[in-house]
Amino acid sequence: MKVGIVTFPGSNCDYDAYAAIQHIMGEEVEFLWHRSTDLLGCDLVILPGGFSYGDYLRSGAIAKFSPIMEKIIPFAKSGGLVMGICNGFQILTECGLLPGALMRNSHLRFSCKHVFLRVEQISSPYTQLCHKNEVLKIPIAHGEGNYYHFDDEIQKLEDAGQIVFRYCDANGEVNSESNPNGSINNIAGVCNEEGNVLGMMPHPERVVEDILGSRDGLRIFESLRTAIAAAATVSNK
Amino acid sequence: MTNNKKEVSSQEVSPQAVVYVKLKEGVLDPQGVTIHKALQQMGYNEFISVRTGRFFELEIESDSDNIDKRLDEVCSKLLANPVIESYRVEKLL
Repeated sequence: MKVGIVTFPGSNCDYDAYAAIQHIMGEEVEFLWHRSTDLLGCDLVILPGGFSYGDYLRSGAIAKFSPIMEKIIPFAKSGGLVMGICNGFQILTECGLLPGALMRNSHLRFSCKHVFLRVEQISSPYTQLCHKNEVLKIPIAHGEGNYYHFDDEIQKLEDAGQIVFRYCDANGEVNSESNPNGSINNIAGVCNEEGNVLGMMPHPERVVEDILGSRDGLRIFESLRTAIAAAATVSNK
Repeated sequence: MTNNKKEVSSQEVSPQAVVYVKLKEGVLDPQGVTIHKALQQMGYNEFISVRTGRFFELEIESDSDNIDKRLDEVCSKLLANPVIESYRVEKLL
């Protein structure tokens, strides 16, 4: 697979994502500069974590107008895989590719720690190698990760299976103690209706080898590799 | 000299708009809650609740067409996130 990682001014997890894809996965990877308008034929575009444009106005609010987004939005709408991690998730909600919004953490503090996620949806290209309700240990690092949408909209997302990850405890129990930021229904990651666009606040690129405390981020990247290889086989036939 | 004076006076009359943005009713505003708690600790118990927001001052070219529509566009596209925030525009002359 060929992965494109967008670098906005203020992105700071772009090199972590690059290292995970190139050095750990052994896959082809390119940086995509925010002023470029060429996705270089990538199968998957990652919007990494960080503080694009200094988080001015609102997290992700300015990045949505950058030149590269003019290419990413139609790519996503035509079925291309687009993954937003942390600030990338905020950008995807701001530009309307994903529903809802990410608000200030309910406790108002920046939170940086390992959390547990329960995999809710396994028919997604991002989680297809996971088991239903598998628990992943992946860190968060954000001040504005409090996922919010109105009740009837949340119900629609729940009914459509668009909730991909929920914060839980080590045993997979979803409860208020395991909710690090006040997100409604403990939501940690959502996808669009078609399933090709995913946003998640936790950082899978930070947990890809044992020395980092967990390898669970690879469950997601390996799922993507399998999904992309399967799509390539179909299109070659 | 005359030219300078003219520029100054034209700046003085350029119209302005103020845009107020806040979280929609029903959306929890943790900053407002925290400020309210602080007020109570300070003994200002007559304040029932606090909601926070922000405002933007925009200076506008005096011969702009369609300014109401264009102000509405900048609010919904950029200044506010319509999913969670509401806005109000006040035009000043």
